[in-house]
Amino acid sequence: MTQKKAMPSKVGAQEKKYLFDKPENVRRVIGLLAGICILLFALDFVLHRHSSHPWEHIPGFYAFYGFIGCVLLVIVAKWMRIFLKRPPDYYLKEKQGDETNPEQTGKAGGKDVAP
Amino acid sequence: MWLPELPPFMPFMIIALFVFFSRGPLVTVLMLAAPLWGALNLWQLEQGLLWQVTLVDLQLMPLRVDKLSTFFGYLFHLASFFCIVYALHVRDKVQQLACLLYTAAALGAVFSGDLLSLFIFWEMMALSSVFLIWARRSADSYASGLRYLAYQVISGLLLLLGTLFYWQEHGSLAFTYMSLQGTGAWLIFFAFGIKCAFPMLHTWLTDGYPNATASGTVFLSAFTTKVAVYGLARGFPGSEILIYIGAVMTCFPIFYAVIENDLRQVLAYSLINQLGFMVVGIGIGTELALNGAVAHAFNDVLFKGLLFMSMGAVLQMTGRINGSELGGLYKTMPKTTLLCLVGAASISAFPLFNGFVSKSMVMTAALNQGHEWIWLALLFASAGVFHHAGIKIPYFAFFAHDSGIRSQDPPNNMLLAMVIAATLCLAIGIYPNLLYQLLPFTSAYQPYDVSHVLAQTQLLCFAALAFLWLNLKGLYPPELPSVNLDVDWFYRRLLANVWSKLSNIIWQTDQHIRQVFLAKLKQLLALVAKYHRPSGILARAQTVGNMALWIAILLACSLGLSFIGL
Repeated sequence: MTQKKAMPSKVGAQEKKYLFDKPENVRRVIGLLAGICILLFALDFVLHRHSSHPWEHIPGFYAFYGFIGCVLLVIVAKWMRIFLKRPPDYYLKEKQGDETNPEQTGKAGGKDVAP
Repeated sequence: MWLPELPPFMPFMIIALFVFFSRGPLVTVLMLAAPLWGALNLWQLEQGLLWQVTLVDLQLMPLRVDKLSTFFGYLFHLASFFCIVYALHVRDKVQQLACLLYTAAALGAVFSGDLLSLFIFWEMMALSSVFLIWARRSADSYASGLRYLAYQVISGLLLLLGTLFYWQEHGSLAFTYMSLQGTGAWLIFFAFGIKCAFPMLHTWLTDGYPNATASGTVFLSAFTTKVAVYGLARGFPGSEILIYIGAVMTCFPIFYAVIENDLRQVLAYSLINQLGFMVVGIGIGTELALNGAVAHAFNDVLFKGLLFMSMGAVLQMTGRINGSELGGLYKTMPKTTLLCLVGAASISAFPLFNGFVSKSMVMTAALNQGHEWIWLALLFASAGVFHHAGIKIPYFAFFAHDSGIRSQDPPNNMLLAMVIAATLCLAIGIYPNLLYQLLPFTSAYQPYDVSHVLAQTQLLCFAALAFLWLNLKGLYPPELPSVNLDVDWFYRRLLANVWSKLSNIIWQTDQHIRQVFLAKLKQLLALVAKYHRPSGILARAQTVGNMALWIAILLACSLGLSFIGL
């Protein structure tokens, strides 16, 4: 297949600056997100929302749920790495192991034929 | 009409036959014509149309057109259209034929009105789709394809067995609502469950899809699982067990998605998460929930297709797909980045993107029916999906640290396919009625009210804030070259180890028995040799005199005996 049309070339020093190469742009994005979050949180107190569940009345329920849920998600996932992570060739090794087995039996069979 | 009325799978089959015998630009034209002809053909089929065939004493119904099947029928035509556009640059007959036959099989399955026809298309789907994995032509994809095929064939066998039991129990093969009672219904349920990637039965998906070709994965993500969702919606709506299965499906894959390195595998896990929403909807079984489930299937094909296409573009252009090796691609692949972001926003269900409406339909239905724990799980999964599919995919591929790769945007046909999917994501998000008037059930739902929009935006923005905070604190798990153990460990490692141990034992026992036998044989040979060797007792040379004496003795004996006898 023609999957690997890769043309990775290391960046030259003279290369032009892109959008997020400037730290102030990154700071702007962070500031924007923080601003939006504060605004959304404030809206909870301003807008009347109809709700079908009592928890929805808690101010900032969705905000906290989203934040805490995601932090927990990442922490648990990170903890799962302790017992789930294996080197990338983990299953490849097993395959090699599989390939050596028939060879062994093959040799053994050879012995049988010509003692 | 000027076109003959055909079962929806026929146009694709006929075109596949022509493609087999043609080459060059003609193939491109034929491939593009398939979904267009198919859609026209479907458009002129009337609702309620049935074809019945009697085979021996079996009532078969190879074609049944109703609202549910038509909805999936249009979805599959649309999906195959943008997938074919995406794959137009591919010059590989195997892939071209596989994708046409695969689409045909999926259409056949959705329009079959009896279980036996369903089984035939079910197996045809398995056999045609595996070539999209094998077409990558590497040792890994070959092995992975075999595992994929094994799962699919097991699912098919369960369906066949279930069909036979069902026929015995009910005396009918019609594929309609089945309550979960009796062996037949349960076997069919599990057959659907395998293809729907139920928890513990899901590894064919997370193993197979990332090993397919760049365009093959887009096809795969569109059909197999959606046919299973259709099957569940047709056969088992309102089965309570589906609610819990679906809730597990929405939650567990997101943990894997956070730590997975292969970005297409992240999307495969996220596909299971999205299927979970559909399965919950089918389990709830109210009209709102079922509409939400099938609408989400429609939307999922669009945004998951879009995300798989953007990652396929990354794979095609850079030759890499691991998050640990990518980053900073926005600099030279701005169009792909933008399109990927549209897909990310859609799967995360941002207001004005298509995922928003269908996801909130399922969640509202869960809350209306009093499943509040399920609702909380779905809410967690919604925040989680934004975390891994909405942020992680674009972030690690296109932003994050600069990997130094300076690949360009992919060829125009790939971009065009992505633009089609992205446009539809936005169009359905902004004018939900485009899609929702086609829904098979009747239920009024008003998605865009202040409460919903505010709640969802808050949830997502604070999820994004959590990502940002974790990243700034350095708590976010880095992308590492690794594999993570999943259920497939049981058959790829445990079973393989047990098998190799077992075969070792068998080999040793066999060896031992042979040795003992050989030793016995040698003893016997030695014994024979002992008596027959040149000086052995049986090999000694006898003189003529000796022989004459013995004959005289024998004759004397017989003479003596004859006297006694007389």
